[in-house]
Amino acid sequence: MKFALFTGCVAKGATRELMLATIKSAEALGIDFIEMKSAACCGAGVISEKNPVLTDAINARTFALAEEQGLDIITICSTCQGNLKKSECHLDEDVEYKDKINHVLKDGGHQYEGGKIKIKHFSNILATPEGKALLKEKIKRPLTGLKTAGFYGCYVLRPSELSEYEDPDNPKELEELFEILGATPVYYPSRIKCCGFPIIMMNKDASHAMAGNALIEAVEGGADCVVTGCPLCHLSLDSYQPEIESMQKKHYSIPILHLPQLVALALGFSPEEIGMDKHIVSTVGLDKILAQHA
Amino acid sequence: MAKFRIKRYNPEKQAEPYYEEFDYDIPEGATLLDCLNHLKWNVDGTLTYRMSCRSAICGSCAMKGNGHALLACQKQAAHLLKDGSDTITIEPLGNMPVIKDLATDFQQFWDKVDQVKPYLQNKEKPPERERQQSPQQFRKIDDATTCIMCGACYSDCNVLEVDKNFLGPAALAKAQRFVGDSRDQATRDRIKELSKPGGMWDCTHCGECVERCPKPAEPFYRIKELMAVGLEEGVTNNVGARHALSFVKSVKHSGRLNESKIPIESMGYFNIKGLLDLVPVGLRMLLKMKIPPIIHKPIDDAKDVRRIFEEFGE
Ligand code: SF4
Ligand code: SF4
Ligand code: SF4
Ligand code: SF4
Ligand code: FES
Repeated sequence: MKFALFTGCVAKGATRELMLATIKSAEALGIDFIEMKSAACCGAGVISEKNPVLTDAINARTFALAEEQGLDIITICSTCQGNLKKSECHLDEDVEYKDKINHVLKDGGHQYEGGKIKIKHFSNILATPEGKALLKEKIKRPLTGLKTAGFYGCYVLRPSELSEYEDPDNPKELEELFEILGATPVYYPSRIKCCGFPIIMMNKDASHAMAGNALIEAVEGGADCVVTGCPLCHLSLDSYQPEIESMQKKHYSIPILHLPQLVALALGFSPEEIGMDKHIVSTVGLDKILAQHA
Repeated sequence: MAKFRIKRYNPEKQAEPYYEEFDYDIPEGATLLDCLNHLKWNVDGTLTYRMSCRSAICGSCAMKGNGHALLACQKQAAHLLKDGSDTITIEPLGNMPVIKDLATDFQQFWDKVDQVKPYLQNKEKPPERERQQSPQQFRKIDDATTCIMCGACYSDCNVLEVDKNFLGPAALAKAQRFVGDSRDQATRDRIKELSKPGGMWDCTHCGECVERCPKPAEPFYRIKELMAVGLEEGVTNNVGARHALSFVKSVKHSGRLNESKIPIESMGYFNIKGLLDLVPVGLRMLLKMKIPPIIHKPIDDAKDVRRIFEEFGE
């Protein structure tokens, strides 16, 4: 398996531990990545607030880069995944529109053809039969006893026609992966909701309340940690957790893991090797749970 | 045999809502509404819900099926039985008080629609005949005009769940219907109103309204259109607009986001309270070395990306 890795900005910035864990877990699984070093930001649904055509143009350039390499794109951010899929849909459903954009891309030496490559989130790759078989084969330390609450990140689920998940209103892929890794999934209503991150500066209270509701549901469901496929969700749920707790007048300190970190743990990496010490909420408690069951 | 697990509540008789189960063999092709009608007409006449047109036009029969808002007359009941389950859970719309069983109180919903002044504002003397639009002009509002005011989007909006002050998807879609109308003359005033707290910039992009909307109105896409008009009109003295501008500037400059600059530029350099709010999380992240590298590294070939930005007018 070989892919073009669209890292997104946050995995190269505030959540570099996500990048680290992705590389480590992919290496151990034998999944080959080529980092798309000249791909621009996907626009995060924000550039399109100002200029939707420009958003599709920079993403068409990214798709063209992958086409040139002949590789499918893999994302490690729900927001990147959702936004790239939206642009792909705009470009593929309107040939004139695509031509107009290609006309501008031409001067940079790129052309987007369409229909040649797929765009998938890392979790989608792991959830394929091949991905699952690889995981089963390479597991070194099953995460027995660990109760994990999945948090999908809404951009990978809605609109459902652009989602790579089987049943976006009731997805099971993350939970299936948890089971393969030996962990016990926790189901709770907010696992498919928004964490509130996009309005964290516009309406802080609402944003924190959304994240907080998800955290409380996970805690009440008995989860030891929340596992997300999106670094922006991670910022909302981890970096801002102290604010959220003080707003809710509750204290739970629940660790938030990036999906590749959970995978890497089961593949035998130590928490430090995959940047778990870089989180705001301490993940030390998880080691204890795993040690108890080892 | 399917089980209809219906959330029931009569505030005059019960302290708390409860679930009641009805067994019914779903006839081939029956909609959820057909099934409810059968139960009401033959099993329990006190079961309460709204309906009228039975063909997804009037917007009366919105309710939740298996946790998500839908039109009962538009959904085949059998399609709600997934993964071999034999149970369909039916509940009233969310984000609204329940009047009885599946009938909810739409007062707040209508108040918010009223708040966006859902009528044409044009000071000129009306012409002899109607005020006309070209097909191209109409296309800008075509989608928004399809809204049937069913409340499905409002029910499932993730922001409304935590902030009742938010205008919500239906009212914002209605606002776009007039902001985008070539005959309306109040665009700037409307946009200024919509840029206030609780307005368009409070939408978190969760896509829930697009997913639930039974028509092409799809509010979130209308909200994005409103945002674009706001930025075009230069109504930028608010966090949402500054955030968008700062984001565009950052990606144009280096091909990617500068995470350290955006929060500060979004809050605004003179927004002392907003800036102070950023201090605790900033320090916390600094201690964990979570602050992005001091030297913001551009992507390879950032020049080409900048060129594309310029070609498209940024
Ligand atoms: S969504 Fe975020 S992380 Fe992904 S590319 Fe865009 S800004 Fe960067
Ligand atoms: S849950 Fe929040 S951060 Fe995550 S994808 Fe949705 S909006 Fe983005
Ligand atoms: S996209 Fe915006 S308006 Fe629509 S449901 Fe989500 S938060 Fe509400
Ligand atoms: S926008 Fe769609 S979901 Fe919302 S009220 Fe109108 S028709 Fe119903
Ligand atoms: S009964 Fe009119 S929309 Fe369903």
